Amino acid sequence: MTDAARPTGVLTETEVLRPGRWRATPAARFAAEFVESPIAVVALTVTLLLALLAVFANWITPQNPYDLMQLDIMNGMQPPGGTTLDGETTFLLGTDEQGRDMLSAIVFGLRMSLGVGAMSTVIALSIGMSIGVLAAYFGGRVDSVIMRVVDLQLSFPAILVALILLAALGKGVDKVIIALIIVQWAYYARTVRGTALVERRKEYIEAASCLALSHSRIVFRHLLPNCLPPLIVVATVQVANAIALEATLSFLGVGVPITEPSLGLLIANGYDYMLSGKYWISFFPGVALLVTIVAINLVGDQLRDVLNPRLRR
Amino acid sequence: MRKSTLLCAASLAAVLASPVAAQELTIGVSAEPSALDPHYHNLGPNNAMRRHIFESLILQDEKQRLQPGLATSWRPLDDTTWEFKLREGVKFHDGSPFTAKDVVYTVCRIPTVENSPSSFTVYTKAIADMQIKDPYTLIIKTDTPYPLLAVEVSTWGVLSAMANGVTGDIGFSRDGCTGTGDYPKTEAFNNGDAAIGTGMYTFAEYTRGDRIVFERNENYWGDKADWAKVTFRPITSDGPRVAALLAGDVDMIDKPPLQDLDRIKSEGFQVAQGLSNRVIYLHLDHEGEPSPGVTGTDKNPFKDVRVRKAVSMAINREAIVARIMGGVAVPAGELLPPGMFGSTPGAAAEEYNPEAAKKLLAEAGYPNGFGLTIGSPNDRYINDAQVAQAVAQMLARVGIQTQVDAVTASTFFKRRNQYEFSLYLAGWGSGTGEMSSPLRALVATPNKEKGMGGTNRGRYSNTDLDSTIEMALATVDDDKREKILQQASGIAMADYAILPLHFEVTPWAFRKGITYVPRTDQYTLALGIKPAN
Amino acid sequence: MLVYLLRRLGQSLFVVAAMAVLVFIGVYAIGNPIDIMISPDADQAEMEAAIARLGLDKPLWEQFFVFVGNALQGDLGRSFVYSADALGLILSKLPATMELALLALVFAVFIGVPLGMIAGLRPDSLAGKTIMTGSIMGFSLPNFWQGMMLILLFAVIFKVLPSGGRGDTVDVFGIPFSFLTLDGLSHMLLPAINLALFKTSLVIRLARAGTREAALQDYVKFARAKGISPRRIVLVHIAKNIMIPVVTILGLELGSMIAFAVVTETVFAWPGMGKLLIDSIQLLDRPVVVAYLMLTVLMFILINFIVDMLYCVLDPRVRLSEAKA
Repeated sequence: MTDAARPTGVLTETEVLRPGRWRATPAARFAAEFVESPIAVVALTVTLLLALLAVFANWITPQNPYDLMQLDIMNGMQPPGGTTLDGETTFLLGTDEQGRDMLSAIVFGLRMSLGVGAMSTVIALSIGMSIGVLAAYFGGRVDSVIMRVVDLQLSFPAILVALILLAALGKGVDKVIIALIIVQWAYYARTVRGTALVERRKEYIEAASCLALSHSRIVFRHLLPNCLPPLIVVATVQVANAIALEATLSFLGVGVPITEPSLGLLIANGYDYMLSGKYWISFFPGVALLVTIVAINLVGDQLRDVLNPRLRR
Repeated sequence: MRKSTLLCAASLAAVLASPVAAQELTIGVSAEPSALDPHYHNLGPNNAMRRHIFESLILQDEKQRLQPGLATSWRPLDDTTWEFKLREGVKFHDGSPFTAKDVVYTVCRIPTVENSPSSFTVYTKAIADMQIKDPYTLIIKTDTPYPLLAVEVSTWGVLSAMANGVTGDIGFSRDGCTGTGDYPKTEAFNNGDAAIGTGMYTFAEYTRGDRIVFERNENYWGDKADWAKVTFRPITSDGPRVAALLAGDVDMIDKPPLQDLDRIKSEGFQVAQGLSNRVIYLHLDHEGEPSPGVTGTDKNPFKDVRVRKAVSMAINREAIVARIMGGVAVPAGELLPPGMFGSTPGAAAEEYNPEAAKKLLAEAGYPNGFGLTIGSPNDRYINDAQVAQAVAQMLARVGIQTQVDAVTASTFFKRRNQYEFSLYLAGWGSGTGEMSSPLRALVATPNKEKGMGGTNRGRYSNTDLDSTIEMALATVDDDKREKILQQASGIAMADYAILPLHFEVTPWAFRKGITYVPRTDQYTLALGIKPAN
Repeated sequence: MLVYLLRRLGQSLFVVAAMAVLVFIGVYAIGNPIDIMISPDADQAEMEAAIARLGLDKPLWEQFFVFVGNALQGDLGRSFVYSADALGLILSKLPATMELALLALVFAVFIGVPLGMIAGLRPDSLAGKTIMTGSIMGFSLPNFWQGMMLILLFAVIFKVLPSGGRGDTVDVFGIPFSFLTLDGLSHMLLPAINLALFKTSLVIRLARAGTREAALQDYVKFARAKGISPRRIVLVHIAKNIMIPVVTILGLELGSMIAFAVVTETVFAWPGMGKLLIDSIQLLDRPVVVAYLMLTVLMFILINFIVDMLYCVLDPRVRLSEAKA
């Protein structure tokens, strides 16, 4: 980036604060490194496909399993490939006891699971990020109090905290999201604080301070963006964790309501029927859940390798 | 020489012992009693378990009909005085003789049990006075005519006064008896010290969460028990309980999940099933305006009997029984199954008629229906949440856009008791086995002083019905009372005060070679398990 | 050092107190236990009497002070349902959970370490890549579903292992254990595998990272130069060094394993502490839930405290920085 019209030796804010390596189209290099692993590419494709399925669930499924008008208990318990009484509709993956087409239920369940996972992650990320970066920037007492709370929270298994929270809050999609945010924010706070502590000592922040920029501008425009890479890795893994946790909570009976089942709840419903050989009610949603979580985790794994400078060859 | 004969004899005994081993019985039960103290917790598993050790003056048979127990006969002398003739020659497990004093001692102890989560005082509070005419004749007085006395007497087991250190006379008083000394604590029953009754079995071992073991009472006053040793093993999860039966670890289990019955039968086991005293019903909000779970209208549609009737007609009870309950239930047209005291012969379930339901809704001013949320527990009754969803499905078909709010029982009951539901699914088991039980609890106007309407969380109120129920509860003559109860039930059903869905059928599964007669009270009793011949 | 220790102790006590308040309020906000426990025949008068017997008619703060007063004397309350000491009830379930967790831990180490070392020594081989992808699977499998599939496979389809329960036990010093009988072991196998799988993945990753690092260390190069057989280098020199982080992390993870046993115990009907917790939540047996949570709080705080103390002893930098702060 050379600009002859400008006198040399005077740098703009952008040039001071965005070190040179970022000029070489980081996105392109990032993409190139990412596609080095074929597994990761497959995983990314699968993740995107699942997301698309979830978004367009209403239009692509043969049945809306949340619409009671479309269910008929007379079609209940059909094995995969079974049909309605008049033989017109075929249930590729069978039905549950309510006559809910499992294929449709899985796609809608996927939407619920992904939605809850993504939503809680985004909110927890925003909260955790802000708190973490503040702790790092201000340091001292603020930092030590915040980090004590974070340590305390992280020392308890997420499953126990969420279980008790939901037992007290009651059922509902909104409540599950709240519980997931509460158990997740601390991860982000700690990650951001760690990176921010390192970044804070770098020259560009000192430079920003010299330019007499406001606290909030330094924190949010300069410090935060540079803490993003590790955060992205954590967030990817956390989406997968959130989905798994939501499924577990729904399985234990404190998650989403039964009329809008997530993948976890579909599996839980099938638990009662498993010993009698009606495997399809819990098996297929489980496969869908597994594929989703594995795909996201594989993407996260590759992201970690690409974004982690220590492993860079 | 001598030694080898002994050895021979020992091995012979071992061979002969195998038929004796067959006299042992192991039962896997779905619910564990919270204590062996017969008066600690008035709840199904406790009541079933105590019957092995402690007997009542009056027994309830499989259909909850009253049979002579420790009392050979009983009769009202006048409206408020009853005479009980007690059985002679009965001995407690420690050898002390059974007399009227033991009954008085028992009634004295019931209100004193510490920390009792659900006390038996509900079944003794009608007793105003007790007099021992002679050791085998007991007079019980009530404040008002009280026909339920005999039934209530059948619900509590009798302790021995002598075994618990009482030597002198006992003075009965409702506010605390005299001469009883210290009552045994609940722990004393659990470790066996105080587990001394007159029952067919004696206490052998109790390890919470693992096993309860009884042995045959060789000195029992009636026919001796069929089994020398009976072990109850609590296996609360359905799958493992079924697996334990199939693996031969237990001889019998209660409440096998309906979806597993076919598999159990196909593996050579037997299933006995019988109608229970439990009705699954829908209760409607008769008071809230607007009602909390109703959307799309400011009014409470359920105040209109046409809407209540429409809801009832919209439900295909046959389909629910066939598809959700696996055929193991019976559609209900009343609150008590046919054949029990006070049920109406020929009371049929509402006919499924969605067209008529739609018409009624239109007449009532809801041609496009309204929005509704049904409350239901999801772990209390057999397939409860699934039934609620099926109901929702059927209501959606007649235009009532329905959601299901199914939660764990603890949360459900709390919210129900705060009137948060416009329509909720729940169940009622009739402990006394007569129609007065559901009517008094579910549809009588709530009244704390009279003990009426305790579970009427739809706040239904009908003075006509109230006075009929009260009349029944003051009629000591059984035939007359049954007629009045049938009449009361008719009033409630005609007004669609509450919508019965189905009666639960209780299954038991067991190995070949034994039989069990199903009980309406759903109890699993070793007393009723017989070797098949 | 002493100042630091005292301050840390003070912090821990404060945390215990804060958690007691939170846990108590959280648990006592749930439902109404009387509705679950009382006989349906009971009328309102009897309900009120039962509420009074259990002390639930008192205001929340009063119940809390009664709880704190008793807790300070080591009494965490009486179970509403069983009228038995809540702490005793939980401790009676502890052996079942502990033996399950320990067996799972053994599985995790004996499967995880060798696999992790292979992946670490040959990161680019097919085996190494398969192991690493497999470990992601292990992380990703939803614990309860994986348990159900184990039951489906081994109990329903092949019928070789029991689907749940604890099986025969043998009393050792009056405590029942399953692992000493064949029947008990067969009951333990599936739940232990289920519990172990997640931790196995963790161990694989730790062992792989440790191996990769150790392989580049001077002492390994030196050993190699000395002509020590590669087998011995791997089995003795590398293995020894990666065991330190593995053991440390697993020690810390034992707590979370006991917590995570909630799910496994529910799926396999294993009569341990986790199953008791879930049952007690459903029955609203508040004293048991509170006692369980307080016990967990104490356990985690104790673990953290010990770890901090050890760091303090081992690493003078922590000591200095904390002393200044």
